[in-house]
Amino acid sequence: MPVSTEKMVKVFGRPGSLTEARFTYCPGCHHGILTRIIAQTIDELGIVERTVGVAPVGCAVFAYLWYRCDVIQASHGRASAVATGVKRANPNLIVFAYQGDGDFASIGTAESIHAANRGENITVIFVNNQVYGMTGGEMAPTSLVGQKTTTTPDGRDPALFGYPIRFSEMIAQLDAPVYVTRQALYDTKRIMDATKAIKKAFTNQLEGKGYSLVEVLATCPTNWRMKPTEANKHVAEVVTKVFPLGDLIDRG
Amino acid sequence: MGERMLLRGNEVIAEAAIRAGCQCYFAYPITPQAELLEHMAKNMPRLGRTFIQAESEIAAISMVYGAASVGVRTMTSSSSPGISLKQEGISYLAGSNLPAVIVNIVRGGPGLGDIAPAQSDYFQATKGGGHGDYHMIVLAPSTVPEAGELTMLAFDLADQYRTPVMILADGMLGQMMEPVELPEPIDVASLPAKEWATTGAKGRDPNVILSFDLDPEVLKRMNLALQKRYRQIEAKEVRYEEAATEDADILIAAYGTVARISKSVVRMARAEGIKLGLFRPITLWPFPYQPLKELADRVKTVLTVEMSAGQMWEDVRLGVAERANTPFYGEMGGVVPTPRRILSEVRKHAS
Ligand SMILES: Cc1ncc(C[n+]2csc(CCOP(=O)(O)OP(=O)(O)O)c2C)c(N)n1
Ligand code: SF4
Ligand SMILES: [Mg+2]
Repeated sequence: MPVSTEKMVKVFGRPGSLTEARFTYCPGCHHGILTRIIAQTIDELGIVERTVGVAPVGCAVFAYLWYRCDVIQASHGRASAVATGVKRANPNLIVFAYQGDGDFASIGTAESIHAANRGENITVIFVNNQVYGMTGGEMAPTSLVGQKTTTTPDGRDPALFGYPIRFSEMIAQLDAPVYVTRQALYDTKRIMDATKAIKKAFTNQLEGKGYSLVEVLATCPTNWRMKPTEANKHVAEVVTKVFPLGDLIDRG
Repeated sequence: MGERMLLRGNEVIAEAAIRAGCQCYFAYPITPQAELLEHMAKNMPRLGRTFIQAESEIAAISMVYGAASVGVRTMTSSSSPGISLKQEGISYLAGSNLPAVIVNIVRGGPGLGDIAPAQSDYFQATKGGGHGDYHMIVLAPSTVPEAGELTMLAFDLADQYRTPVMILADGMLGQMMEPVELPEPIDVASLPAKEWATTGAKGRDPNVILSFDLDPEVLKRMNLALQKRYRQIEAKEVRYEEAATEDADILIAAYGTVARISKSVVRMARAEGIKLGLFRPITLWPFPYQPLKELADRVKTVLTVEMSAGQMWEDVRLGVAERANTPFYGEMGGVVPTPRRILSEVRKHAS
């Protein structure tokens, strides 16, 4: 049946801050949703001309292809330090660092904690998918106890490799950060909550309030060896037990 | 003309960086460059510029990477063990075509070594201490005033060639006090705009700073562009000094503190009739191979003297290319060779 488009209103479109380039993410990967949310936030705040993104090493290394803002590709783990350099050099820029859990909470531990502790006026998006996606599914510091990865073939044994690190809780212990929150993307409600949190994290920076961290529980269907729907369910039912959702601090 | 002051090498480097328009300085404390950090801590905030005592040398060089991306003049400083940690960042700066100045006030190594003056980071500085096919311009001052001049120059060269530039000095130069006439501060507004910088995509397409491409053909092209620039630098930026070379039949090849000491050795040797001259590379990369080759045709011996086991010696031998004898005398572990000791080496080789 032919459909008339005459009376249709466009309610959902590609954010203007995204380029036409196709994502390199696997089907069902939450990195894609998150990239879109960030672009939409940049649109809504009207800041694409003054935003600088700092991309990590990890599956998001290609971030420079997707945003219509300036992007710097940082070395593995150092995105928060690079973002510090950018923001201090030009405080008028809106700077966000986008980092995986290996990047942010393992190799970049020092840079991540100290940028937060200095209260850098930046926005950090921390993508916790409990695995090293890009290098083929090795254990991350956030991997769950018993989780099978390519480097923990029998499951993560805490006696050997410790427990999943609750990095945002560590950062929430510091005096300087303004906003630390953990969000997820496994259903529409969580996507809407995460969108609000990200907007707040950018708004804090625009208002000069200081450091905001949004941890996002994400899926890696490929390395988890799950269908996207199973992966969503796994986040909702298992991962959130170890990494509870919600605001850890909000001093905005 | 600037005012005359009595300053340490470390302070002169810091002050010269400020006058060269360094907008952001990031560093982690280490001896023997503490005065540099302290001078910046005191003065940068007063000028409304950025000073951060970073959580590590890796963080400091990563902050430099961020500030350089935005197009401001930026610097970090450290000493040997800290410079080892900065290698990741230096490789990224080179790969991403970013200008920055890195100061290494070299101390004895390897490992923790000691805090005495050394020249044992020559390989690391000149041969690409991090991963990948890259070079930095490496400038080696031998006096306190020259440390100031070369620091000013370092910022210009970094911008001109979009490359990291290293000031390679040692603890002796860092600590030594000399009267210096500091240059006038430059007018930062007069510097050419950096069209490539990530200053916000306003009225233009987005700028991207990266050292990465998964397509080997593309990465090869990026490498070829770097190499082309290195050839330009080699053609245009070689700097060196000759002293008493006109009638010399033996030369000392030395840089930095050792070259300074060797100037006294030249006087002492001449007083006893030895026709000694000095060849002092100022740019360690690009190394002055050609002028050394020309000198080597006129002398019998080129004696390399270093505070290392013989690192620059390799470049000297490349330059001399068997046109003359190339003996070596070195001290290690932070031991500074005395003029007498160098003179006795010279005597061994003087006919
Ligand atoms: C210094 C250094 N060490 C190791 C690597 C290899 N490496 C690339 S990405 C990565 C892990 C990425 O995992 P994560 O940060 O969790 O990001 P994800 O891909 O899961 O989004 C590693 C170890 C590297 N590029 N650089
Ligand atoms: S490997 Fe995992 S994290 Fe990376 S793109 Fe694929 S699903 Fe996403
Ligand atoms: Mg990950």
